[in-house]
Amino acid sequence: MNWFIKAFTSTIGRKIVVAFTGLFLCLFLVVHLLGNLQLLANDGGKSFNLYAKFMTTSPIIQTISILNFAFILLHIIQSLILTFYNRRARPVRYAIVENKSTWASRNMAFLGTFVLIFLVGHLAGFWWRMKFGEMPIVGIDGVQVKDLYRVVYEAFSNLGIVVFYVISMGFIAFHLSHGFQSAFQTLGIHHVKYTPLIQTVGWLFSIIIPLAYAIIPIVMYLRNVN
Amino acid sequence: MNFTLKVWRQKNAQSKGEFKTYHVKDISPDMSFLEMFDVLNEELLLKGEDPIAFDHDCREGICGMCSMYINGHPHGPGQTTTCQLHMRMFKDGETIVVEPWRAKPFPVIKDLVVDRSAFDRIIQAGGYISVNTGSAPDANEIPIPKEVAEAAFNAATCIGCGACVAACKNASAMLFVAAKVAHLALLPQGQPERKRRVERMVAQMDAEGFGACTNTGACAAECPKEISLANIALLNREYLAAKLTSEYV
Repeated sequence: MNWFIKAFTSTIGRKIVVAFTGLFLCLFLVVHLLGNLQLLANDGGKSFNLYAKFMTTSPIIQTISILNFAFILLHIIQSLILTFYNRRARPVRYAIVENKSTWASRNMAFLGTFVLIFLVGHLAGFWWRMKFGEMPIVGIDGVQVKDLYRVVYEAFSNLGIVVFYVISMGFIAFHLSHGFQSAFQTLGIHHVKYTPLIQTVGWLFSIIIPLAYAIIPIVMYLRNVN
Repeated sequence: MNFTLKVWRQKNAQSKGEFKTYHVKDISPDMSFLEMFDVLNEELLLKGEDPIAFDHDCREGICGMCSMYINGHPHGPGQTTTCQLHMRMFKDGETIVVEPWRAKPFPVIKDLVVDRSAFDRIIQAGGYISVNTGSAPDANEIPIPKEVAEAAFNAATCIGCGACVAACKNASAMLFVAAKVAHLALLPQGQPERKRRVERMVAQMDAEGFGACTNTGACAAECPKEISLANIALLNREYLAAKLTSEYV
């Protein structure tokens, strides 16, 4: 077997892949959030729709988006294989277990599965429709663009979708609360000077990012109701 | 002190095994957990019953032989070995549940005794250094910075008891392997086999069927020798560097 394949199919190698792709996805969350915040601009969706047009047509963004999908798949596949190994390593369970670890750290697979369910719904509702589905058209400064803002606006006028979205952000928050700092440990970064900083940033990241995402549908729903 | 014990009894590796309840009376709070088991076994022998098999050797907390998963913790409450666990840590009248280490690479041999030779095979794969035979070298011949010597020594205090595997929800042996790799990778004497060592020990760890690390930290929280999680980061770093730069294809 090729040394590269061998390295990244070992337990540590697989973990390194999960950690690296996980950190990339953290970066993606930030960029995606910056785009989403334009939904709150209160300009009838003008800035958001122009941004959406750029994101779906720019060749650079298209390339990064393929990489992003590949990383999501790698993250899921390697995690699933590791979870399978981990379950197999303890065929007989203990009668009593008292844990000295955080709940999130023990339930990353469960949290990740919920995030995946959210992701499928999210991609089907917005990404797929924007790329391949029927979209309303709006004219901005004489240019006809797909009105993604309207699609999002309609989705977030549905209380069920808003609640599901907010709960999903909660799951992402717990997933990140362990995943962010854990990724650095897996990549071998542990140092008296930097580890406390990584942990603090990890906690802040896992609270601020999902919270900022969750605020968007809530604000849009409330604006719609009023 | 009086206790109710629920102990895992299993005739051999093939049989199914079950919990059996025992009552022990007039136990001194200063007895170690193993001494309490000795008392129970004496009673079982007098009754003509099969005594409970459990691992033990030095009873000084330095050999790593004693095991037992007590009330949901390897080596029971507190970060210690079972031989150094005293009955005063429990409440009078308490029910104590005792199980063997649970991991696929640690099969139960009998009752509370598990086969930990998977650890020996990991050590055989690379947990050694090569030295010339002959007269003993002078002490402190090679200067080693104090912090490095201390970090290596802290890692070297691992007694290979397997509490990390028992505590980990994935039955991962990462803390054990990390301690062994860190100990030798930090010192000049460990350099000749440095890359080969980490590659071979991790390959053996995987082959034995231990789970992967999810950085829950349960292992370090239960380790009787307080081996730090920093060693696991070091292992990950050593492994990646070895895989990317070693000449073993």
